[in-house]
Amino acid sequence: MTMHLNDVTLTYPDGDGRLTALDHVTVHAEPGALTAVVGPSGSGKSSLLAVAATLITPDSGQVLLDGTDLVGLSRAQRTSVRRKRIGIVFQSANLLASLTALEQLTVMAHLAGGVTTAAGERAAELLDAVGLAARADRRPHQLSGGQRQRVTIARGLMNDPSVLLVDEPTSALDTERGAAILDLLRRLTTERDLATIVVTHDRDHLAHADQVVEITDGRARVLAAA
Amino acid sequence: MFVALRDLKFAKGRFALMGAVVTLITLLVVLLSGLTAGLGRENVSAITDLDADHLVFAAPAQGQDISFSDSVIPAGTQEAWTGVDGVASVEPIALGMSRVESGERSTGVAFFAVGGSSTLPPAAVRGGEVVLAEQAAEDLGVVAGDTVAVGGTELEVAAVAGRDSYSHAPVAWISTADRPTTGADPTAATVLAIHAGAADLPAADADLGTETVTVADSLNAIGSYSSENGSLQLMRGLLLAISALVIGAFFTVWTVQRSPEIAILKAVGASTGYLLRDAVGQAFVLLLFGTGLGAALAAGLGALASAAVPFVLDPATVLLPAALLVVLGLVGAAASLRRIATVDPLTALGSAR
Ligand SMILES: Nc1ncnc2c1ncn2[C@@H]1O[C@H](COP(=O)(O)OP(=O)(O)OP(=O)(O)O)[C@@H](O)[C@H]1O
Ligand SMILES: [Mg+2]
Repeated sequence: MTMHLNDVTLTYPDGDGRLTALDHVTVHAEPGALTAVVGPSGSGKSSLLAVAATLITPDSGQVLLDGTDLVGLSRAQRTSVRRKRIGIVFQSANLLASLTALEQLTVMAHLAGGVTTAAGERAAELLDAVGLAARADRRPHQLSGGQRQRVTIARGLMNDPSVLLVDEPTSALDTERGAAILDLLRRLTTERDLATIVVTHDRDHLAHADQVVEITDGRARVLAAA
Repeated sequence: MFVALRDLKFAKGRFALMGAVVTLITLLVVLLSGLTAGLGRENVSAITDLDADHLVFAAPAQGQDISFSDSVIPAGTQEAWTGVDGVASVEPIALGMSRVESGERSTGVAFFAVGGSSTLPPAAVRGGEVVLAEQAAEDLGVVAGDTVAVGGTELEVAAVAGRDSYSHAPVAWISTADRPTTGADPTAATVLAIHAGAADLPAADADLGTETVTVADSLNAIGSYSSENGSLQLMRGLLLAISALVIGAFFTVWTVQRSPEIAILKAVGASTGYLLRDAVGQAFVLLLFGTGLGAALAAGLGALASAAVPFVLDPATVLLPAALLVVLGLVGAAASLRRIATVDPLTALGSAR
């Protein structure tokens, strides 16, 4: 499934006026392709992901998920889209303190209706896919930063989404671990036919991307694949 | 309650502390309820146990309420009440406080003087006889067949029966003829215990200068009962209100603390309804454990204490206050729900925590 942001403009209230975070941005993410988003701090990268993730409604423009415009859906409908179709990986590994690595995944099945045996198996399989099978019953404080980030990625895939949105997954990691995370995202994108958008500030990561979008001051420019 | 239950386990210390507070408040409320009921029973059981549905009092003066101590129903009015259409039975009772003596020992009693054929006492009492409530017989160390002096008159203990008491004193049932002379008209009664049947009570009251109330309503005519019961109920009410506030404050702080996690859950697709159910369920589990433990402790303590103080241990004094605390606790916890609804999932994204 495709994720198309068409001519999206987003402003935030800023004192008396409005601050334009996204200025007529168009980005097309295709299944099986990894789109990297780069740009200086404050340029609007996280805002772009927030719009794609239906966490914020743009002032204008379309957010098309397989042709359906998500802008204008009710809050409950957007919540349901996030639950079923979109995987989100946050800038810092946002896990729930009281849950084990495995439970961080099975809770997603619980949100979607119930933890079945199949869901348990899927969670175990995903943890294995991100190399954490042996850490399944650790809680977040017993995991390293990179391991936590990998749990978040596995969680993002738990409900079999078609779109994976990833915000600076490597910002808390050293170069080597950061590269490993990007390798992982690249592999999962191809294997699971995901439309993946990854925000990154690390130019080394661009080698993994099928498409690179550069954002400056809220304006997007599509660069050729590196 | 996927996350809620794991939070309970993970933040054991915090929830144990709150559970302990709920337990202690429950303990207090249940003990107070048992004591209130016990004291109340000591005050009124002789009245509530009467085989009657209504009590007839002399109509009080303008602006005053009916009262056992002021009511005087002369023989003529008693006679007139027996003639009221539809009234099934009329039993005059003259009651008051007195002392019973046996040798060196003496004890305060409430005497209930009734007619020779009355069926109100737990055992028949004829002239020259007294039926003592168990507590009075125990205090005096007497058994059936012994002789005691009630307000100076020598009477034979016909039976030791019942546990009734009135105004915190055990009851001594005597015959009208033997009632301690109080200077009042010896043929007058204090109240009439009646089975009202289909009688038109307001009309009869208007005709005969009386005021008839149900047995339950008559309790407020016992001077000490309303003030005693009122202050204990006030304490109970305050404790319940405090518990709702404390639980509300706890869950509000708890919700604020975990709003980042609420934001994450919302961002990954948890509906607000799901999160609310989770939170209410968590509060419910905590309250159930806290009140359960508190009520069990209170029941144990109450059983021990009932040997020394009046204490009633029954569902109304144990389960009802516990259930009330659960409900009020949930009301308190509900105060935190608005916060859950207003957490913005956007804050989960990119927020460097
Ligand atoms: N909730 C908000 N309210 C007001 N302004 C905001 C809000 N979120 C972001 N902004 C502003 O919008 C602009 C874009 O922010 P955004 O978070 O998208 O940048 P970014 O490219 O992700 O930066 P970074 O690389 O530092 O994460 C910034 O100028 C920021 O100050
Ligand atoms: Mg950002």
